[in-house]
Amino acid sequence: MADLITPDLVDLDLSATERGEATRSLAERLQAAGRVTDLDQFLADVRAREAQMPTGLEGGIGIPHCRSVAVVEPTLGFGRSAQGIDWGAADGPAHLIFLIAAPEGGGAEHMGILASLARRLIHQSFKDALLQAPDPEAVVTLVKKEVLGQ
Amino acid sequence: MKIVAVTSCPTGIAHTYMAAEALEQAARNAGHEIKVETQGAAGAEAVPDADIAAADAVVFAADVEVRNRERFAGKPLVQTSVKRAINDAPNLIAEAEAAASAAPVAATATPAAGGGDAGRPVPPTPTGGGGGGGGAAAFGNQLRGWLMTGVSYMIPFVAAGGILIALGFLFGGGAVKPKVYGGTFEGVTYQAITDFTQVVQKAGWAGLLFLIGATAFSMLVPILAGFIAYAMADRPGLVPGIVAGLLANLVGAGFLGGLVGGLLAGAIALYLVRLKVPRAFAGIMPVVFIPLVATLLVGFLMVVVIGKPIAAAQTGLTNWLNGLSGSNAVLLGLLLGLMMGFDLGGPVNKVAYTFGLAALASGNTQVMAAVMAAGMVPPLGLALATVLRKHLFSDAERKAGEAAWLLGASFITEGAIPFAAADPIRVVPATMAGGGVAGALSMAFKCGSRAPHGGIWVIGLIEKPLLWFLAIVIGLAVSAALVIVLKSLGHRASDEELEAEMGDASLPGRRTATA
Repeated sequence: MADLITPDLVDLDLSATERGEATRSLAERLQAAGRVTDLDQFLADVRAREAQMPTGLEGGIGIPHCRSVAVVEPTLGFGRSAQGIDWGAADGPAHLIFLIAAPEGGGAEHMGILASLARRLIHQSFKDALLQAPDPEAVVTLVKKEVLGQ
Repeated sequence: MKIVAVTSCPTGIAHTYMAAEALEQAARNAGHEIKVETQGAAGAEAVPDADIAAADAVVFAADVEVRNRERFAGKPLVQTSVKRAINDAPNLIAEAEAAASAAPVAATATPAAGGGDAGRPVPPTPTGGGGGGGGAAAFGNQLRGWLMTGVSYMIPFVAAGGILIALGFLFGGGAVKPKVYGGTFEGVTYQAITDFTQVVQKAGWAGLLFLIGATAFSMLVPILAGFIAYAMADRPGLVPGIVAGLLANLVGAGFLGGLVGGLLAGAIALYLVRLKVPRAFAGIMPVVFIPLVATLLVGFLMVVVIGKPIAAAQTGLTNWLNGLSGSNAVLLGLLLGLMMGFDLGGPVNKVAYTFGLAALASGNTQVMAAVMAAGMVPPLGLALATVLRKHLFSDAERKAGEAAWLLGASFITEGAIPFAAADPIRVVPATMAGGGVAGALSMAFKCGSRAPHGGIWVIGLIEKPLLWFLAIVIGLAVSAALVIVLKSLGHRASDEELEAEMGDASLPGRRTATA
């Protein structure tokens, strides 16, 4: 199985100011890395999930996500926005954006990794470390350590 | 204190687990024991029954129906959205404490000998009498959830049955239907098959395909109604729901009748589940008492209260149409088309179709052509809409859209039911408008059909086939455009509803700094 996240899937300086735009720029990284086959399909599936209820959460995080036929491997795209992007949370914009892509027919092993990733997201220490990460490599190392215990 | 919790969310890959982690953390910080069942994509490991029995309180943090919720029946319950568990877990745990202390007797859940009264357990459902909460918007979402559950179980029946029927027409021509079920086609009268093991000899392999397809199709409304009731009341709802659907078939109430029947069955079962009964009877409640009483009640309602007015309305509509026969042909086509698109195989549709059959029997082919064109439009229009605006439709609906092309082309109007049952208020106007336009145009073009069914598979029996096609294409474009517009409006509105509801949920102050 390919790594959950690699440095080229990390954007520590998201220029986008709007949900859809930010999602697209991260999704393009996933496509460039060969993790997503059909960008439009993938974005439509993410939008469909956002339409059910925005995925922004208190504490400044947004977690756009979907299960999609356009996804090859379970993948995390990570973006950081200094000015923040409105993600529908009650307490303000999101600074940490986690784009979680799950393959449609993903097995229990795949889904288990994404589940433990999701569990880490509520820990303040994890979020603080991501806010302070100096470079993409540091993000990758941090995620691997926290989520996979590597 | 001991707590058990279930978390679940629509996609099952993120919020489910975040909520579980947040609840575990908050419970531990407050000095409680907690077991969380994550009903997500990684598979749910069920909380052992022993833990449920020992639990003082139950927390449901779920945006979709909790599976097998009857396991938790009778426990003090706190129910909320998955988001609130993530954002506000400490307060949620505090509420669970309050719920537990409000129901001290039930909480211990020990088999107190002859004790009888088990305190006042919170009913195991979100519709509970406690009031409060999100009000109308929350109920709307819940209703949508029930309907979607029914629809998602129904779609495979629509696809499998409909495609087999279409293949029957493809290989057997328009005569395949009367060969199996009896009737007149092209002047030849066929006897219905009575011994169905003879179907291959009498109607060929195409007849067999048709028979299997039609049988699968006959389960469409019962499955819809059964699983709507199941979503509402869990297992006790299944029998009354399915029977309500079968009776909707019998009294000709169509999918709208099934939808109403399923909701009634679910509501009745839910009410009975919540009845407080002496402990001695508790054991037979779910297996004997609830299915028996709920089925009897909903059956009575379906046959007597719903069935009779429908039959009367059908007679009235038929008389009215007969009175119109002499007047403007285009207007008649429009009306028949609107009726075909209204309930998609239900009572009103049947009146229009039967009117077409009667006209055909008396030698008028134009009415039949209009009825057929109008009946083909709804599935085709929705299929087109799912291609043009994927994001307005759920995954299940997009799959139903793929089958709907073939079903529409075969004049199987029921192909549109999954869409209409999930969102009747936005879909039915679109299927009516498209059907009306196609029916009126077919009449205006003076197209005719010598076949009573079969769609494009009987194109050889259509008079002015190209103009007839044109009528269908314009009709389906109207349907697709209208459903896209209505869904886009509704989408935005329901988004706001949801956000408003989220706002409501976090209103009841008492927010302390969360960890």
